[in-house]
Amino acid sequence: MAEAVARTGAQTKDRAGPAPGATSWVPGTRWALGLLLPLSLALLWEVAVRSGLAEGRLMPPPSRIAATLYALTVSGELWTHAFATLWRVAVGFALGAAGGIVLGAFSGAVEAGRRLLDPTLQALRAIPSIAWVPLFILWFGIFEASKVALIAVGTFFPVYLGVAGAILSVDRKLVEVGRVFRLSRFGLARRILLPAVLPSTLVALRSGLGLGFMFVVAAEFMGASEGLGYLLVDGQQLGKPDQILAAIIAFALLGKAADSVLVLVTRPLLRWQDVARERL
Amino acid sequence: MLSLERLSKTYADGTRALSDLSLKVRESEIVALIGGSGCGKTTLLRLIAGLDRATSGAVRLDGETLTEPHPAVGIVFQEPRLLPWLTVADNVGFGLSDLPSSERRARVTHALEMVGLAEHAGRWPRELSGGQQQRVAIARAFVTAPKVLLLDEPFSALDAFTRASLHEHLLALWEESRPTVLIVTHDVHEGVALADRAVVMQPKPGRIYDELPLHLARPRDKTSPAFEAAARRVLTALDRSLHEPRQAAQERDREPAGLWW
Repeated sequence: MAEAVARTGAQTKDRAGPAPGATSWVPGTRWALGLLLPLSLALLWEVAVRSGLAEGRLMPPPSRIAATLYALTVSGELWTHAFATLWRVAVGFALGAAGGIVLGAFSGAVEAGRRLLDPTLQALRAIPSIAWVPLFILWFGIFEASKVALIAVGTFFPVYLGVAGAILSVDRKLVEVGRVFRLSRFGLARRILLPAVLPSTLVALRSGLGLGFMFVVAAEFMGASEGLGYLLVDGQQLGKPDQILAAIIAFALLGKAADSVLVLVTRPLLRWQDVARERL
Repeated sequence: MLSLERLSKTYADGTRALSDLSLKVRESEIVALIGGSGCGKTTLLRLIAGLDRATSGAVRLDGETLTEPHPAVGIVFQEPRLLPWLTVADNVGFGLSDLPSSERRARVTHALEMVGLAEHAGRWPRELSGGQQQRVAIARAFVTAPKVLLLDEPFSALDAFTRASLHEHLLALWEESRPTVLIVTHDVHEGVALADRAVVMQPKPGRIYDELPLHLARPRDKTSPAFEAAARRVLTALDRSLHEPRQAAQERDREPAGLWW
């Protein structure tokens, strides 16, 4: 009898399942709709230039940009520049993110640490990161070190803020579950705090990575002999808008690819999350 | 034997949540703490669970004074409080990490069978309904075989039908190891359905108003006259506990109002 009651009770309320909200379109259509606007604009411009309605000298048509991109790829130039940029972002991001995680965790978990550290870091955060550039050049020279330092500073703050904030906002109720089962401080950190802060830490890392790409451009503007940022400056100085746009496209692809890698690598850690929509 | 000796709890803001409360609970006894809101029922459980410290008085379990979470005391909260990053089975086994994995698995499987969720072992908490989540929480508390189990309005957020089935699950689990159970509830029928004794509490400051033994044979028939009578007795006591102080206050208030004009 009790069993029967339980069964029916279970069946009526079962299966919350994956949250609805994602429209159940054919996957192809969803992609197509997103592509509609940029593709038709590109097509329109191509037609306008070819038919002589527009000159296309300062804003080259898509075909010329594609040709430039292709030429740069084939000559291997693009790879050299992309690799230089990626290397700077990777090193700067690794340093900045590691610092942000360590200090953020310290400041979030230890009350005294927060009182000691947070005011200073918040004050430093108020300085626009680019303002450090002259000082970094004096300190680290004009080559790689100053560029990496700028990127590291840029990625440090969002990661620090994200991690510290995540730790501070861990649900007290879950911490209490840990206390009821008499977890040690270390056990509490490993079994409750760490998994609880993981989602927002990853969001912080993603925004840090995005800023890393922003600052690598700034760093390469201030003097570099290679890198996608150098391609931009070079294109401007030699009046080659197609090269500028090719570099911009390379930046977009690279940034998106790096972000996707970060998301893919960390996805298995977040399978449990109860999110309303598929992540963007 | 769980004994609460002259427990008082005053919070930092001056709120007196409990005042001079004494209660003895026999081994394997099920006691329902019934009372309106703000009469310190939750505070009382938190003191026994060791999550809060009493301002004065002591909680003793078989002579041992409890001041912090103790392995022999388990608690089920008002909300399930499952860890969303662990599967149902890992949630149930959360407190068993010291055991070898084979024994842990056996205990978890058994506990899940007892609450009727064996086939959901590999799921995430978010995939379960509220009632199922609370069953997982109950299994998590029972699986460590505590001597004392505290339940803080564990079924208050559930519909009446789910609640009735959870009562059955709870009693079935209790039959196995017969722990001492303290269950906080504001539902008189729930108290009468489960408990050997109903303790009616009174607010401001929280204290015991009355204790009513419930000598009803198990399993209990909720439609029997004896059940109805017991429920009515508890309800009457609860009613009086709520109205007595207020009536007195109203009478006090009336006097100055009369003097005013």
